Amino acid sequence: MEFFLQLLINGISIGFLYGLAALGFVMIFKSSSVLNFAHGELVAIGAFLFLTLVTSAKIPVLLAFPLTLAGTFALGFLIERVFLRPLIGESLIFVIMLTLGLASMFKGIMLFVWGGNLYMFPDFLPSWLSFRGAGIYVPPVYVLSTAVGLVFLVLFGFFFKYSSQGIYMRSVADNQPAALSLGVNVRRVFALSWAIAALVAAMSGIVLGIINGINVHDLTSIGMKVFPVVILGGLESIGGAILGGLIIGLLETFTGGYLSPSLRDVIPYAVLVVILLVRPYGLFGLVEIERV
Amino acid sequence: MARLQFHPCGNYRESYGEELRIFETDYGRAALLAGLVLLFAVVPFISSAYFLYVINLAGIAVIGAVGLNILIGFTGQISLGHGAFIGVGAYGAAILATSLHLPLFLAVPLAGCVTAAVGMIFGIPSVRLKGLYLAIATLAGQFIIEYVLIQWEGLTKGTMGIVLPQATLFGLPISGDRGFFYLIFALAVFMTWTAKNLFRTRSGRAFMAIRDNDRAAEGMGIPVFPYKLLAFGISSFYAGVAGALWAYYTMSITPEPFNLDLSIEYIAMVIIGGLGSITGSVFGALFISGLNEILRSLFDLLTNLPLLQGMELNPAALRQFVFGLAIVLFILFEPKGLAEVWRVVRSNFRLWPFSY
Repeated sequence: MEFFLQLLINGISIGFLYGLAALGFVMIFKSSSVLNFAHGELVAIGAFLFLTLVTSAKIPVLLAFPLTLAGTFALGFLIERVFLRPLIGESLIFVIMLTLGLASMFKGIMLFVWGGNLYMFPDFLPSWLSFRGAGIYVPPVYVLSTAVGLVFLVLFGFFFKYSSQGIYMRSVADNQPAALSLGVNVRRVFALSWAIAALVAAMSGIVLGIINGINVHDLTSIGMKVFPVVILGGLESIGGAILGGLIIGLLETFTGGYLSPSLRDVIPYAVLVVILLVRPYGLFGLVEIERV
Repeated sequence: MARLQFHPCGNYRESYGEELRIFETDYGRAALLAGLVLLFAVVPFISSAYFLYVINLAGIAVIGAVGLNILIGFTGQISLGHGAFIGVGAYGAAILATSLHLPLFLAVPLAGCVTAAVGMIFGIPSVRLKGLYLAIATLAGQFIIEYVLIQWEGLTKGTMGIVLPQATLFGLPISGDRGFFYLIFALAVFMTWTAKNLFRTRSGRAFMAIRDNDRAAEGMGIPVFPYKLLAFGISSFYAGVAGALWAYYTMSITPEPFNLDLSIEYIAMVIIGGLGSITGSVFGALFISGLNEILRSLFDLLTNLPLLQGMELNPAALRQFVFGLAIVLFILFEPKGLAEVWRVVRSNFRLWPFSY
C-alpha cells in the first residue's frame, strides 16, 4: 500500500511536469499549427541557462529565475522570427523537418558548451515544502512541480479566456484568414506563442533538472515524451495537456514499479498508437479528423 | 528510338508516352551509360580502401533514401520510423543468415520482405490518420521497434548484437570493400532504376494522385488505403534491403544505430535531395554521406590544431550542429533540394548564352 501511494505521488508529480512541458507544445500548435520537435531542446536550454546563471554567474536564485524566463522568452521570439516565419503556409513535412533541424542545432550547441555530463543544481529549495506522513515522503521538488503545474494551468486558463492576446491566439488557432481579416496581428500571435512556449519549457526544464539532474540527452528526450501526452489530451487543449501528462506520468511510474523498468519508456508510445487508432483527436481535442 | 537531337526550347510533346520519357534525348542516355561504366569499371580500381568504404555506405544510403522518397516525396505519407525499419532489415538478414543459414541472395530479399510486412503494419494507422497524426504514429513505431530490438533477447540477442557469417554469393565469397562495392552498387542501380520506372506505372501514378489530393484521388476511384499500404510496403522493402546490406557489410550489428537520429538523417537526405525526385534522393544520400565524412575529417583536423589542443571538443556536438544547420538552410533557401539545383544548372547550360 505504501509502495502504491509512493508510486501514485511520484506519478502525479512527474505527470504535472509532463503536462507543463506539453503546455508549451500545445501553445505553439494551437496558434500556428506547428508541431515543434525542438521542444525538448527548449526544455534543456532553460535548465542550462538557469544552471549557468546560478553556478557560474553566482546570481541569487530568486533573480536568476526571472532572468532565465526572460532569456528563453526572447529566444522563443527569435526562433519564430528567424526560422518559422518564412515557412508560413509551407507543407507539413518542411515544418516538421525544420523543427527537427533546429533541435539538432540546439543540441549541438548545448553539447559544445556544456558537454554530455550530468550537472546538479545547488540545493536551494526550503525543506518546509516537503511533506511527510502516513508512511510516505514527498520531497520538496515534487510539491513544487505540482504547485507550478497548477499555477500555470490556472494562469493559462485565465490568459486564454480573458486577456486580449489570449483571445487573439484562440481566434488565430480557430480560423487564420478570418482572424487576419478582423485585424488580428497574426504574426505577433505566432511570435508570442513561441515566446511563451519557450518560457514554459524553461520552467519545466528547471524543475526537471532539480529532480533528475541536468543532462543534455535526458532533458531533450522529454521533447519526445510530449507526443503521447498531447495526443492523449488532445492537441488543442490546455487542460488536456495537463490531464494527459498526469495519465502518462502515472502510467509510466506504475509500469516501472509493478511490471518492468525497461517497459516504462516505451509504454507511452504503445498507448499513443492505440489512442491514434481509436480516438485520434484525444480526450479534449477538436473533432476534425477526416477519413480518407 | 534514336533521336540524336538537342533539347527543344519549349514543350513540344505530342503524346503521353513522350511526357513519361525518362531521357529527353539520347545524350542523356549516353551520359548515364558513360557514368555507369565509370562507376563500375574505374571507381573501384582507383579509390583507396577508405574511400571505397565511404562510397559503399553512401550506396546503401542511396537505396534507403530512394525508398523513403517513394513514401514521403511521391505518396505524401510522412514516416519518422525509417531508421527502425532499416534496423528491422538488418536484424532480419542477420537472423536469417545465422539461425536459418540462408545464403545472401535469399537473405537480403527476404529481409526486405520482412521489413515490408513490418512497415505495412505500422502503415495501418494511415487508414484513419494523415499529416501530423500519421507522423506521430510512425514516431511511436520507431520507439516501439527500437524497444523490441533491444528487449527481445531470444531473437535479437539484445545489446550484445549479432555477428554475421562471411557473405557469399553462389559459392563465391564476397570479401573486402571491392566485392561489396559491386554487390551494393548493382543493387542500388537496379533499385533506383525500378523506382524511377515505378512512377510510370499505374501504381506509381496512384501514389502521386494520393499525394496531390487524397480526396480527389478517392473520388477518381483510386482505392486510397490499399495504395497507401503498398507505398509503405515498397518503401520499407527498400529500407530492409539497405539494412540487410549494412548488416552484411559491417559484419556485426547492435540495436544502437537504428534510432530516431537515423530516421532524421534519412528524411534529411530526402529533403536535401528534393522531395518527389528519384535523382534528388541519390544526390541527397551522397550529400549527407559526404557531409558525415567531411565532418569526421574536419574534426580530426581541429583536434590536432595546437591552438585547440587544450579544449575538450565533442565530435557529436559538431556533427549535430552542422547537420541541423544543413537541414534548416536547405528548407529555408532551397526547399526543392539538390534536384532543383541540378535542374537549374542544366537549364543554364542548355539556354546558354541566353540563360535567365
